Amino acid sequence: MSSPGRGKPNPWATSRVLTLTTAAYVLWSLAPVAIAITFSFNDGRSRSAWQGFSTRWYVGTREAAESVIFDPSLRSALTQSIKLALLTMLVATPIGVALAIGLARWRGRLAKPSNFLMLFPLVTPEIVMGVALFLVFHNLYGFVPFGTWAQFLGHVTFSISFVVIIVRGRLFAIGRDYEEAAMDLGATPFEAMRRVLLPLLSPAILASFAIVFALSIDDFVISQFLSSGASSITIPVRLYAGARLAPPPSLNALATVLMLTTILSIVVAGLAYRVWKKRSGGDESTVESLASFEI
Amino acid sequence: MPTNLQAGESDAVGQRRWVWPGLALPGVVWLLLLFVVPFYAIFAVAMGRTDPIFNRPVPEWNPVYWDVSSFSRVIGDLFGGQLGTIAVRTVIYVAVASFLCLLLGYPVAYFVSRRSGRWRGLWLLAILTPFWINYLMRMMAWINLLSPGAQVDRAFFLFGLDPPSWLAGQHYVVILGLVYGYIPFLILPLFGALDRIDERTLEAAQDLGASPARTFWRVTLPLSKQGILAGLVIIMLPMFGDYYTPNLLSGSPRNVMMGNTIDQFINQTTSQGGTGAALTIVLMLFVAVLMAYYLVTIGRAAKEARE
Repeated sequence: MSSPGRGKPNPWATSRVLTLTTAAYVLWSLAPVAIAITFSFNDGRSRSAWQGFSTRWYVGTREAAESVIFDPSLRSALTQSIKLALLTMLVATPIGVALAIGLARWRGRLAKPSNFLMLFPLVTPEIVMGVALFLVFHNLYGFVPFGTWAQFLGHVTFSISFVVIIVRGRLFAIGRDYEEAAMDLGATPFEAMRRVLLPLLSPAILASFAIVFALSIDDFVISQFLSSGASSITIPVRLYAGARLAPPPSLNALATVLMLTTILSIVVAGLAYRVWKKRSGGDESTVESLASFEI
Repeated sequence: MPTNLQAGESDAVGQRRWVWPGLALPGVVWLLLLFVVPFYAIFAVAMGRTDPIFNRPVPEWNPVYWDVSSFSRVIGDLFGGQLGTIAVRTVIYVAVASFLCLLLGYPVAYFVSRRSGRWRGLWLLAILTPFWINYLMRMMAWINLLSPGAQVDRAFFLFGLDPPSWLAGQHYVVILGLVYGYIPFLILPLFGALDRIDERTLEAAQDLGASPARTFWRVTLPLSKQGILAGLVIIMLPMFGDYYTPNLLSGSPRNVMMGNTIDQFINQTTSQGGTGAALTIVLMLFVAVLMAYYLVTIGRAAKEARE
């Protein structure tokens, strides 16, 4: 305790207040989710009264059709989310990597406007992008059916810029020396890119794959605006639709599956990032790399 | 062989000219077709007409023929109509929630970046974890707890108190939901900014006789200003467009935000597309300054990284 007579307040006292505040914050931010996860393992139908441990809401039986695996609506949400995330990842990452390299090296008149264009999706509120895509598919691109295809196009659109940001950071760190050395030795720009630049970029590319997967599987607004009927409902949309209707713990189980999938992809991204930090001589811990990632 | 070398060189120069824009091309075309054109479609629909027979919006792609009647109706509603009330409420919700986020987020970010010592990695992991939990799951977790007869109610009963109906239109529940949902996105940029402050700057201030409090107010806080602004912009942009938080935590018309009006017109009916589009433009006017600031910030960050 700091004595009031002294001039300087005891630094330990302020530190203790800070520690307590942070601990309270962490508890407040994680406990509700931890409780929700716990009740996904409840043996009963309640989400507030514990009735014993069970995995029935995850695996259950085919006859009961109430688990994530056997309830048709939960299972379809799970497959739709994963399908969409894989598709988005496979298309958005190559486009984004190419765009990042192109924008970093290209010095033409249109390079600046293109760079500016790339930043826009990052600062546009999702609801605006959702409305925009909804209206354009409705009124102009009538050949794109709502549902999986529209959702896929929307997800790729918001993912590209994230890939550019991730890859560009790495590109600036690498610099142009290796490529120019390769070209001095007779490689064409294309060869230099394929044999020198892309291998150097591989951790960033792997990280991009994982981040795009996580972005897509976590998306709610775009998926909702562009969905059509039950078959295109993703996990977040399913959570939104069911959360207020006193659902059984299977909805908590579905949310938990989503969380584990996201964490898995982020861990992959973090490990990739760590490889790259190590190569460039950094000595951050994995958690620090994860933090620099989200910023 | 000099001639051969020269041929190879000019070939390389030729390739150099098209290879970079060629790489950027697919991404740029994608963004033109699926970002710029859709963006323009908002204006085309907002300034279009409504088909009187089928009551459907008819977009007007040519700005010369734009009809502002639907848009001016929305603007009229904004000044002195129902929409005005909703806009004021949205601004209040966002302002209060952002302020609370900062009030709680700053000490947390400060502690984890500068005072957490040996357990820093663990604390950092704890403030990062919410990022990996879906927003809807985090809201659902609170719905579980706040449902009638659930854990929060039981805690009230334990003390002989009569709990209010949390999920039936309470302003503070929606605001706390917004704080809960968005605070991690404020803490992280703040953490980044505080983490970059050189410890020696603070030591210098103290050596020159500043008290810890004075050091904080005159050195630490000004040095973290960029992080505060970035964090606030990052949480305020999605908050202004939020419709799911009030829908999930209240569902009452008392708590409707601007995003809900857009959601109603676009997701729940198709006949009013024109009004929905006009509402979206109004929303963009509200967040234009935030968007511009954010755009400049990330543009500048990229430039610094390049140099």
